[in-house]
Amino acid sequence: MTRLSKPLAVLRALSRRRRHRLAPLLLLLLALGTTGGAYAAFAPTGDAAAAAGASTQTLAQGRLLYLKNCATCHGLNAEGSGTDGPSLIGVGAAAVDFQVGTGRMPAKELGAQIQAKRQFFTDGQISAMAAYVASLAPGPAIPSEEDVNYSDANIAEGGEIYRTNCAMCHNFAGSGGALTRGKYAPSLKKTTPTHMYEAMLTGPQSMPVFGDGTMTPEEKRDIIGFLKTTSAEPSPGGLALGKIGPVSEGAVGWLVGLGALIGCAVWLGAKAR
Amino acid sequence: MTERIHDGTAGGTDDVQGSPDTTDSSNSALMGTEGTSAPGAGGDGAHGDGELATRDGHGELPARFENPGLPAHVYRRSDIDPKAAIRREREVATFFGLSTLGTVLFIVAYFAIKPAGKSGTDLLDAVSLSTKLLGLGLGLALFCIGVGAIHWAKTLMPDDEVVAVRKPMRSSDEDRADAVAALKDGAAGAGLGRRKLIRNSLLGALAPLGLLAIIPLRDLGPLPGASLAYTAWKPGRRLVTDPTGRPIKAADVPIGGVIHVQPEGIDDAEHPIDERAKATTLVIRLEPDEITDPKQKKWAVDGIVAYSKVCTHVGCPVGLYEQQTHHLLCPCHQSTFDVTKDCAVIFGPAARPLPQLPLAVDSQGYLVSSEDFQEPIGPSFWERGER
Repeated sequence: MTRLSKPLAVLRALSRRRRHRLAPLLLLLLALGTTGGAYAAFAPTGDAAAAAGASTQTLAQGRLLYLKNCATCHGLNAEGSGTDGPSLIGVGAAAVDFQVGTGRMPAKELGAQIQAKRQFFTDGQISAMAAYVASLAPGPAIPSEEDVNYSDANIAEGGEIYRTNCAMCHNFAGSGGALTRGKYAPSLKKTTPTHMYEAMLTGPQSMPVFGDGTMTPEEKRDIIGFLKTTSAEPSPGGLALGKIGPVSEGAVGWLVGLGALIGCAVWLGAKAR
Repeated sequence: MTERIHDGTAGGTDDVQGSPDTTDSSNSALMGTEGTSAPGAGGDGAHGDGELATRDGHGELPARFENPGLPAHVYRRSDIDPKAAIRREREVATFFGLSTLGTVLFIVAYFAIKPAGKSGTDLLDAVSLSTKLLGLGLGLALFCIGVGAIHWAKTLMPDDEVVAVRKPMRSSDEDRADAVAALKDGAAGAGLGRRKLIRNSLLGALAPLGLLAIIPLRDLGPLPGASLAYTAWKPGRRLVTDPTGRPIKAADVPIGGVIHVQPEGIDDAEHPIDERAKATTLVIRLEPDEITDPKQKKWAVDGIVAYSKVCTHVGCPVGLYEQQTHHLLCPCHQSTFDVTKDCAVIFGPAARPLPQLPLAVDSQGYLVSSEDFQEPIGPSFWERGER
């Protein structure tokens, strides 16, 4: 026992020194320095950046943001990691702008469906990340202001295209609806025209892709025009009740209407005091 | 022949205002007592003065149950307390006043909101406001009259229990004899037995009357024949987008993309709506190696597959495609088809997989059907197997 006591005391002293208060901070600084150095050494040169039309600085910022916030699931080189996150090679800037811009990414939790929430990054950070992902492989670009300008859209035609292609999931008035096993088509009432356009181009999550070859940009604008016009439209028949069709109307009819009738009947039959 | 048991005036006096025939024979028979009807006992709540029907020591029931009479009258607060009565009066008046307000609201809304002359959103806004205010006014006007009247009747009008005795259902013997005699007279006067021509022609008119009910049933036919078994798809017919009608280049279909298609020129058919309903088809592009079924692979073009959009359950449009799971879902009864397994049913009430449309590419690179569907599309019908 006594023979071991001295080395033990030394070890204990060492371990005490290891747990110095500032040790984690030092370690962190060291790690950051190494990462930064490695980055400076291995950062891609301007070729891809020039191709994507973004500055080297933006791309570097985008890559850094990607590595910090996305790489855990989507892989260090955006190659994806099995079930956690798909590959982002070739998804294009439009997919990044949609997923991060609607707050779906970074994901809060992995469930049946990643839900939209408050936007986590600034617009500048999003465009930097989008530029980085777009520099990996060609993919759909973020639509311009003109692409989504629906002021000249043919709303009637847009309604027809919407009802054939979109209404089965997103509901006739864009109120959204249920899919299988907890998945759902979200409501389109508060979706911005750019995000609608990007969703059609890229097909996020369960949604199919509606590429420009099969649904022209003009038709996409028509759909956006239809949705934006009808969602701003008042309901001439009275209360809209969420515009989800017979479910809410039936619920009000059965619960409120019949409830009131039953209440009246009970009151009629009760003896006055 | 009614009998007021209690006088409902405030203060609750117990005098009985019985009609003279209180104890006449029919009343006594109805009440099942021998002239000792309980109502005569007054307002003290007594249920007759006989002994209550109880089992005696030998376990035998009494020969007759005593008529328990009516329960004691309970006075309302407005019967006893004049202040409460005034409160009730005011409540009733308030409801009637609300009704008047509703009427005024209706009239004001009718004249103040003028949708005519407006257009676009302004028009819809005006119509919306007008609908709501008219409905609210009308509802208030009618409902409050009802509530006021009922409240009045329940709290202020007399609420004494009243016995009304039913009259016998049977007519008197003289009346019955008169009726029979009148019928016999009439029959003799009409001379049905004598005038055979009239009788026979009347029978001839009545007998075929049933045909009028049966003959229109012909409209349920004729049987559909082969019309349900075939669609407008023919070898080499181009697929065009629905509703925009553009032909589709195979190279333009993105992986994970969906296109709703119809045969080219479908609107020139004799019955375009019928033909559209049958030919409606969904084109989906999968990764080519996701297709496992050899037949499905053979009828696909580079991972592009086409399936009938008519559910094999009851014919709803199967349009909800989940790109990641490759499940195709019917919105009506949640039948789910797996597109990577030749649209096999994996959930729900559908009986069969969706029929696949064999695809090919024409010389210009556009998608065409190489044949019609190889089985009748849509739900089952009796002659389905006869194609």
